[in-house]
Amino acid sequence: MSKRRTIVTDYLARVEGEGAMTVQLDGDRVEHVELRIFEPPRFFEAFLRGRSFLEAPDITARICGICPVAYQTSSINAMESLCGVVVPEPIRMLRRLLYCGEWIESHALHIYMLHAPDFLGYESAIELARDASQAVERGLALKRTGNDLMTLLGGREIHPINVRVGGFYRVPSRRELRALVEPLELAREAALETVRWTAGFDFPERVVDCDLLALDQPGEYAIERGRIRSSAGLDLAPAEYDEHFEELHVERSNALQSQLRGGGTYLCGPLARYSLGAARLSPLAREAAAEIGLGNECRDPFRSIVVRSVELVHACDESLRLIEAYEDPERPAEPVEPVAGTGYGVSEAPRGLLYHRYRLDGDGTILEAKIVPPTSQNQLAIEDDLRDVVARNTSLDDEVLRQLCEQTIRNYDPCISCATHFLDLQVDRK
Amino acid sequence: MTRTVVIGIGNRLRGDDAAGVAVAEQLRPRVPEGVEVVSCDEEPSRLMEAWEGAESLLLVDTVSSGAPPGTLHRFDAGEEAVPARTFRSSTHAIGVADTIELARALGRLPRRVRVYGIEAGSFETGSPLTPAVESAVTFLVRDVLADLEERCTSAR
Repeated sequence: MSKRRTIVTDYLARVEGEGAMTVQLDGDRVEHVELRIFEPPRFFEAFLRGRSFLEAPDITARICGICPVAYQTSSINAMESLCGVVVPEPIRMLRRLLYCGEWIESHALHIYMLHAPDFLGYESAIELARDASQAVERGLALKRTGNDLMTLLGGREIHPINVRVGGFYRVPSRRELRALVEPLELAREAALETVRWTAGFDFPERVVDCDLLALDQPGEYAIERGRIRSSAGLDLAPAEYDEHFEELHVERSNALQSQLRGGGTYLCGPLARYSLGAARLSPLAREAAAEIGLGNECRDPFRSIVVRSVELVHACDESLRLIEAYEDPERPAEPVEPVAGTGYGVSEAPRGLLYHRYRLDGDGTILEAKIVPPTSQNQLAIEDDLRDVVARNTSLDDEVLRQLCEQTIRNYDPCISCATHFLDLQVDRK
Repeated sequence: MTRTVVIGIGNRLRGDDAAGVAVAEQLRPRVPEGVEVVSCDEEPSRLMEAWEGAESLLLVDTVSSGAPPGTLHRFDAGEEAVPARTFRSSTHAIGVADTIELARALGRLPRRVRVYGIEAGSFETGSPLTPAVESAVTFLVRDVLADLEERCTSAR
């Protein structure tokens, strides 16, 4: 006789935003799996209509307190590409440096505060701190260094105010940047330690076989710009994104779910970036990965914590390289005149590809905006993974299985508040 | 006197959320010598750094617990945890309650910790403090000053 079981988490802890999970089992058969996103709709795409194209970075930064720079960068890329502006190299380097600050802050938060407790059997980082204070202190220090970098370049650490279409309002002096060298060197050491620490966790052996999607930029580990590449061979300009991907609404979620047009799940984020671009990591980051036997590809979502740690090394290393090479730009920003038409922008948010599209009229008023955050893109992959994890572990008792399911979701570092949309009239249905 | 730090937490742009910052601003010119007053956001390591080495800590934040606006809550957190439900600790950020517990676990919490929570009435963007919360701020400033002065006197 089969036994029906339902495993529910009403309020997912240690993820950004408000979501829930339901798994229904009939004996060993997985009947239903869903990641519900009930974070209220955000209306951002509608807010943007009628606003100036110059306001997009500051408005969209508000979508997320953890990855505001990603929103600013994707919107700026869209506006500048439409208006035919290519910023000088020092400005681009500062943008990349600011973005590295966000990666450091976001990855440190996820690795130490949100994800590590899963592997070590703790309910929260607070409990972890009682037994492993040194590790948690290391995580806090890393996060702090990322925040400090964002404060210097962005004007403040959350929702930076110094970023604009065309460049910055104020650029730092070489001396100001040099003050960050020592903290970043310490952070780089801490990041190397993080790689060794997370590599020592126990991992269930898992492989996801969906398409991997990440940005690609010759000569660098793509962060703030690039073409869209996939493991299946896609190679797209940002303007071609909509021809290949579509967003669907499902009733259980205030976030739209992305898929390849005509069906097909894909995954973006650290696993995709690493698997498609490991060779472009800094030598030190590559060395750290080799030392723990990570290989050139990683399709194990549980090991995303290790990949994030390797990216942390890269972000610290890259920050130091950028500071070393920095030369003051002639002026903090290039003038940008609006052009009527549609602009497309992408960048690699800490948790994956972030796509923006804007339609402007001739005076720069935004007529239409579309934003596809990484968590929307990953939602189908997360549910597929969850279904498979449950199917392979039906013998576990409910509580253990629930914890494993939650960990499976946290493997993707979902940013749920980023992903919520307003969806016609169906949102408030009971 | 042992080193005392007063920290006001809040966002000036979000109505009553500014209450903690308002308390800090009103206290700053009036506190006895040796008392440090800080306005701060909730970034955990920044908070811990602000109270590093202090013997005694006073934290003021806005709360949303369902009590009437302007209600003052007071907790002694040196010994036991403050209720995480009262102090906004969300999935979006590590809140004050969690930071206090994190610091306790790391051995970085001052010996004496008093946490004041001012019940908010409105978080309306760009609005000033509501009258009830403004009165609570005035009352709390007076109360904290009296407390600080008493400690200074007894320490002499």
